Amino acid sequence: MNGKQTKITLEQVRHVGQLARLALDEDVLQRLTPQLESILDYIAKLNQLEVDHVEPMAHAVAMTNVLREDVVEPSLALEEVLRNAPATDGPFFKVPKVLGEDDSAG
Amino acid sequence: MTDMNVPDTLLAAREAVATKQISAVELTRATLARIEKNDPTIKAFNSLAVERALQQAALVDDGQRTGPLAGVPIALKDNLCTNWGTTTCSSKMLANFRAPYDAHVVQKLEQAGAVFLGKTNLDEFAMGSSTENSAFGATRNPWDTARVPGGSSGGSAAAVAAGLCCGAIGSDTGGSIRQPAALCGVVGLKPTYGLVSRWGLVAFASSLDQIGPLTWTVSDCAALLNVLVGPDRRDSTCIDQPAPDYLAQLNQPIKGLRLGVAKEFSAAQGIDPRVQAAVNQAIQQYQAMGAELVDISLPHTDYGIAAYYVIAPCEASSNLARYDGVHFGHRTAHAVDDIVELFSRSRAEGFGEEVKRRIMIGTYALSSGYYDAYYNRALKVRRLIKQDFDQAFGRCDAIICPTSPTPAFAIGERTSDPLSMYLADTFTVTCNIAGICGISLPCGFTDGPRPLPIGLQLLGPAFGESTILRAARMYEQATDWHRRRPAGQSQVAREG
Repeated sequence: MNGKQTKITLEQVRHVGQLARLALDEDVLQRLTPQLESILDYIAKLNQLEVDHVEPMAHAVAMTNVLREDVVEPSLALEEVLRNAPATDGPFFKVPKVLGEDDSAG
Repeated sequence: MTDMNVPDTLLAAREAVATKQISAVELTRATLARIEKNDPTIKAFNSLAVERALQQAALVDDGQRTGPLAGVPIALKDNLCTNWGTTTCSSKMLANFRAPYDAHVVQKLEQAGAVFLGKTNLDEFAMGSSTENSAFGATRNPWDTARVPGGSSGGSAAAVAAGLCCGAIGSDTGGSIRQPAALCGVVGLKPTYGLVSRWGLVAFASSLDQIGPLTWTVSDCAALLNVLVGPDRRDSTCIDQPAPDYLAQLNQPIKGLRLGVAKEFSAAQGIDPRVQAAVNQAIQQYQAMGAELVDISLPHTDYGIAAYYVIAPCEASSNLARYDGVHFGHRTAHAVDDIVELFSRSRAEGFGEEVKRRIMIGTYALSSGYYDAYYNRALKVRRLIKQDFDQAFGRCDAIICPTSPTPAFAIGERTSDPLSMYLADTFTVTCNIAGICGISLPCGFTDGPRPLPIGLQLLGPAFGESTILRAARMYEQATDWHRRRPAGQSQVAREG
C-alpha cells in the first residue's frame, strides 16, 4: 500500500471513546489516535478485494436458531448473583441516579 | 520418588498414580514444590489453589475420585470460570471476581479426576501474543526468561514447559494456544469451532474463541482433548455429536498422508530463516515417512490478519460492554454525576491499554455508517478464506506450515508497536476465521547458549482433529524435540 488511506482525527477518537463508554485522558487520546490510524490503514487492505457477491459468514457453524423447550429451570441464587456487585441495596444493584436534571422529559 | 522422577507429562502422571508408584497427593505436592521454586521467576500462575488441590488429590488416593485424569495436576487459564478462587482474565477489571459457577470444561476435567493447581496468566482478556498485556505482570519463557512465552495463553504454555503442571488448558481466538505452545516448545491444539463448549469461558470474540489443551506430547494432547469435547446445550454453537476417542486412534499412522504446502505461507514476509529451515526439515521428515506433498493455494491468506482485526475487536467491543461497574468487576471510586460517567470511568480504570485499543477499533468499525465498510466486509472476506480451505482440503489431509514466524521475542520488543505484535498471528488466525482445527508441536530449536523452540503447525479440516493428531504423532515418534527440557529441568530419556 502506498501512503495512508485512512485519516483519523483526535475528535473522532474522542467521539468513539464516548460511544465505547471509556473516559479516556487527553494523553491516552493523543497516543491512540495514530495507533488506530495505522491499524485501520492496515485493515483497509480488505478494500482490495471484490466482495459484492460474497455472502457474509458470521461464524463457522451452519446453524441459525437453537431452541429449547420453554420450561423454567433453576438459576443462580440471588446472593450468588449479587456477590460480585460493587454496591447493592437489598436485592438490587445500586447505581447513581440514571436521569440527569435535564432528562426529566425522558 | 525424588523430584527428578516425578512425571511432568500427563499420561506418565496418570500411569504413575494408577499403578501407585506415586500417590496423587505426593504428585500434587511435588508439582506445587516446583511451582514454589520456579514460579517466582516464570510467573505462570495468577493464583494457586493449594489446599483445594491437595483435597482433590486425597480424594483420588481414597478412591473417591476416578476417571481418565485421576490425580493429574492441571493448570487452567485464568479466563475459565471456577467456583473457587478468582477468575481475573489478568485484568484489573476482574481482579477480585469470584465466578459463581464452573465452566463446562472445568466440570468435565473435575469429573475426569483432574487436580487443579491454579489459574494461569494471560494477556488481559486474551488480547495479545506475548502475555505482556497482563495487569499482573508478564510471564517469562522457561527456555529464556528474558523472552516472552507467547500469548495469550502464555501462562499455560510456560507452566507446561517449566514442569509446573502435567497439562494446561488455554483458549485460542487467533492463535492464543498454538503460538505460545510454539514459543514454549510444547504441543497446543485449537479444536474446530463447535467441538468444545465455551460455557464459562469469559468471552472475547465469540465467533472465534475455542478452548483447547497444552501439553508436552501429542498423546497427552489427545488424552486431554478426549475430556474437553462433547455436547453442551449451554453453548448453542457446540455440536451435538459424540466425539471419537482421539487417543485410541493416535498410533495408527496415516498411510499416504497428503500434506498441503501453501505457496502463500511460504511467501509470507517476516519468517525467521531458522523457523523456515526447521519447518522445511519437518516437511522432509514427513516425506521420508511416505507422506505426499501437495502444492496448494490459499489466495486470501494475506487478508487474514486484516479480517481478524475487524471481526475480533467488533465482537470484543460488544462482549466487553458488560463490564459496567454495576453488576460485577471494578467500579470507580471517583465521585460521579451520573451513570454514564460511572460506566466510563469504571471502564477506563479497569481495562488496560490493549483492551481499550481493541474496544475502540471495534466501536469505530461498528459505529453508524461504517458497519458495511468494516464488519460486513470482513465477514465476506471470512467466507473467501473459508472457501480457500475447503478447496485445499479437497486435495490434502492437512496443511503444514510454521506456527509463528519467529521464535520467542524479547520482553518489551514489540509492546510499542501494536501492529507488529498482531503480525505474530500471521499463520494462526485464518484457522480461527475459517473455524477449522490446528495443532502446534515442536520441530526444532535455534542454536546458541539459550536454544529457543520452533513450532510446526498442522491445520486440518473442520472436525479433522483425529487426522492432525495422528499426523503430529507420526512426526513426534520420529523425532526427539518433545523430550528436551529447559535448562535446570530433568531431560526425558528416550522411551522414558
